[in-house]
Amino acid sequence: MNENESRLGRIMDGIGGIVDSYAVTLKHLFRKPITEQYPEQKKVLPERTRARIVLTRDPEGEERCVSCYLCEAVCPTDCISMEGAERGDGRRYALWFRINFARCIFCGLCEEACPTLAIQLTPDFEFSKYHVLDLVYEKEDLLIEGCGKNSEYNYYEHAGVAVGFDKGEHPGEAKPVDVKSNMP
Amino acid sequence: MWWIVGFVVLLIKVAVVLGVLFGFAAGMVLVERKLLGRLQIRYGPNRVGPFGLLQPVADGLKLLLKEDIVPKGADRIIFFFAPAVVALVPLLIAAVVPFSSDLKIGETRIPVLIADLNVGLLFFLAVASLSVYGVALGGWASNSKYSMLGSVRGAAQLISYELSLGLSLVPVVMLAGSFSLVDIVNAQAEYPFILVQPVSFLIFFISSMAESNRLPFDLPEAENELIGGFHTEYSGMRFALYFLGEYISMVVLGALVAVFFLGGWRGPVLPPLAWFLIKTMITPVFFIWTRATLPRVRYDQLMQLGWKILLPLCLVNIIATGGIALLVRS
Repeated sequence: MNENESRLGRIMDGIGGIVDSYAVTLKHLFRKPITEQYPEQKKVLPERTRARIVLTRDPEGEERCVSCYLCEAVCPTDCISMEGAERGDGRRYALWFRINFARCIFCGLCEEACPTLAIQLTPDFEFSKYHVLDLVYEKEDLLIEGCGKNSEYNYYEHAGVAVGFDKGEHPGEAKPVDVKSNMP
Repeated sequence: MWWIVGFVVLLIKVAVVLGVLFGFAAGMVLVERKLLGRLQIRYGPNRVGPFGLLQPVADGLKLLLKEDIVPKGADRIIFFFAPAVVALVPLLIAAVVPFSSDLKIGETRIPVLIADLNVGLLFFLAVASLSVYGVALGGWASNSKYSMLGSVRGAAQLISYELSLGLSLVPVVMLAGSFSLVDIVNAQAEYPFILVQPVSFLIFFISSMAESNRLPFDLPEAENELIGGFHTEYSGMRFALYFLGEYISMVVLGALVAVFFLGGWRGPVLPPLAWFLIKTMITPVFFIWTRATLPRVRYDQLMQLGWKILLPLCLVNIIATGGIALLVRS
C-alpha cells in the first residue's frame, strides 16, 4: 500500500513537472524577444573591445611607434611585420608597418607588449572585405591622427632621447653596433 | 457519361488536397520556426520579405538548387527511392480524411474527401506503417554509420509506437461502430470523443508524436548524437522530401486527431471547413510547443514508455470501454 502511494506520488510529480515546463515555455511566448537586430540596432561596445588595430600618435602629433619589434615578436600568428628606421635627431620610427588582418586573432598581445602605447586595439570590428588581400593594412591605413586610449602619454618625455651627448658617447657606453659590418 | 464527370471531380479534389497540403507543409516550416523562436524569446526568421513571410520560398529555392550528393558505396536505387516513401505516406493518408461536410451543388452532394473507404482507419494504420521503410531503407542505403544507427532506432521506434497508435483507436471504432472516417465523424454529432476517451486521445497523441519523429521522440534524427540520423547523407531535394514528409505528416496527423477525437468538421457558427482547419492546427502547434519544452528522452525510456506503459494502458482502456459500452447498451 505504502509502495503504491509513493509510486502514485512519483507519477503525479512527473506529470506536474511536465505541465510546469509547458507553463514556463508558454510564459516565454508572451515575452518580448531579447534578440538584438544587429545591422539595424548596433550595440555600443566597451572601449576596451579588441578589434581593428591602429597606430596612435603622441600628444605632440608625432608617431608613437619606435619600431622596437616587440609586437611583431609577441604576435602569436605573426601577422605584424615592420622595418625600423632612424630619424636625423635619433628618434626611431617604422619605415613601413604592416598588419595582415586576415591572420590577426585580435588577442591584444601587441597592445600589451608595446612600450610606447603606440599600437592599440579599437572596438571597430566591421571591416570585413570581399578580397583577402584587402585585409593587409599598411602603415598609412593603420596610422590615426589621435592619441587613442592614452591621451597624455608621451614616451620621449621619459626615455629614448639624447641628453647632452650623442648615441654611444655617454660615459662608459659602447659605440652602436653596425649590423651591416659585424662579421667576426 | 457520368463516370467522366466523377473522374474529373476526383482529379480536382486530388489536385486541391495536394496543393493545400504542400502549401501547409511550407507554411508549417515558417510557423514552426517563428513559434519556436518566440517560445525561446527570439524573433525567428524575419529577413526574407515582410516579417520573414517569404522564408519558405527562399528555403525551397535553396534546397532545389543545392547539389544532390550521393555518398560513395551508397545503394543508389534505394537511396533515391527512400525519401519519396516518406513524402508519399502522409499524402496517401490524406486521401481518406474527410475535410468537411458534403458539398451541395443543386441536387448532387459531393463528399469533400478523396475516398470514403469503409476501412479508412485500417488504411491509415496500414499506410502509416510504410513510412518506416523510408526511414530504415534511407539510413541503410546511405552507407554511413550515423544513418544506420538512426534508421535502426527509427525502425524500432516506429514499430513500437505503431502498436499503441492502432490500439488507441480501437475504443474509437467501438464507439463509432465503423472503420470509415466519415462515420466516425458522424458518430461525434453530439459530443467529440475526447470527452469520453481522454486516455485514448492522450495515447494517440503521444504515439503520433513518436510516429512523426518529433521531439521528445526524435531519436532517429537526434542532431546532437547522430548528426542527422537517417538523413545525415541526404542533401538538396532528397533532404527536402524527407522534411516535406515530416511536415505533411504533422498536418495529416493533426487532421486525424481532429477526425478521431475532436469531432472533425463539426462546430458552431463557423463553416465546417474553418472548424476543421482550426482543429487540424491544434496538433502541429502543440507539437511545436512540445519541441520548445521537453528534452529528448533516452532510448531505453522511449522503449519503456512504448511497451510498458502505453501498450498496457491501451489494452486496459479497450477492456474498460467495452465493459462500459456493454453496461450502457444492455
